[in-house]
Amino acid sequence: MVADPVLLQAVADLFPNGISRYAVGGLLVGLGTVVIYVGTGIPAGASTFLESTLSYASDQSRFQQYVASRDWRLVFTVGIVLGGLAFAATFQSGLVTSSLYEPGTTGRLYEVAGVTLWTTDVQPWRLFGGGILVGIGTRIGKGCTSGHGVCGVGSASKTSLVGVATFLAVAIGTAQVVAALGVSP
Amino acid sequence: MTDDRHPLFKPLVLVGGVIFGFGLGFSHMARPEVVLHFLTFTDLGLPFVMFGAAIVSGVAFALLPRIRDAAPLTGTPYERRLKPFDRNVLVGGAVFGVGWGLSGICPGAAYASLGVGNVAILWALAGMFVGAYAQGYWRSRTPARDTTAARAD
Repeated sequence: MVADPVLLQAVADLFPNGISRYAVGGLLVGLGTVVIYVGTGIPAGASTFLESTLSYASDQSRFQQYVASRDWRLVFTVGIVLGGLAFAATFQSGLVTSSLYEPGTTGRLYEVAGVTLWTTDVQPWRLFGGGILVGIGTRIGKGCTSGHGVCGVGSASKTSLVGVATFLAVAIGTAQVVAALGVSP
Repeated sequence: MTDDRHPLFKPLVLVGGVIFGFGLGFSHMARPEVVLHFLTFTDLGLPFVMFGAAIVSGVAFALLPRIRDAAPLTGTPYERRLKPFDRNVLVGGAVFGVGWGLSGICPGAAYASLGVGNVAILWALAGMFVGAYAQGYWRSRTPARDTTAARAD
């Protein structure tokens, strides 16, 4: 079979950074989820941490229901932060390279104590305003990209499939509108 | 409260979290720009992350219940992640979608983003806590409508 060069170019345009960093990263995200599930039976999601951590500071019943899980959820989040740092100290710093990893050109790099760190150019008002809606939406909607997207879809949960379809479609619409309004980045 | 947990419980959760966070860094999901590039169709890599992870976890969720009844560190039975469906899934999903499309960041990726050095992501994390507090404050005062739903999924 001879591949059509026009088609190949079209595919390459849709994946300017290839697919391996996404696929490998996704496998690792799944592996982290599985490690916790095998040992504990818990399909861990990331957004419950927001409410469970608020239970340390607030007596509201919505947060107090998570008292029993708040300690390990804090540990899970600390692990995620440390995992990001481990990535920064290796691949992001160029200490480790692989043909599966495409560095990319977004944001700004800076260095602290020999570690190459990265920060976003996306404007603070977008991060803060979007963050508020993410905090409200994930908790009302019973999950986020990890709870619904990874654990729920992995469970073939109809609720999660509908949840993912909803937030993906709305997010695409929102990002397109924001971009069309000329907001960048 | 959780002092009766197995001594390896938290270390295992930490290890799982590190792998999870490393994956979010490696896949560039910790970079809001890359998520926004997917949402505006200029780099379609994101589904490989979400569905790649879902396939890996899906295999474990399907196989483990056949191998063992319960998890070794907790005694918790191996079950799939099933949540009851109601209007909240649509309403919350839509609100989350607007926030995700505006900021390019979701909770897990925001934690990992802090790890890769993204100090600016503290804006998003602050926002997420404000949002989570606001809905919790409101829902602690109104009778819960979603607790009556059965475990139908």
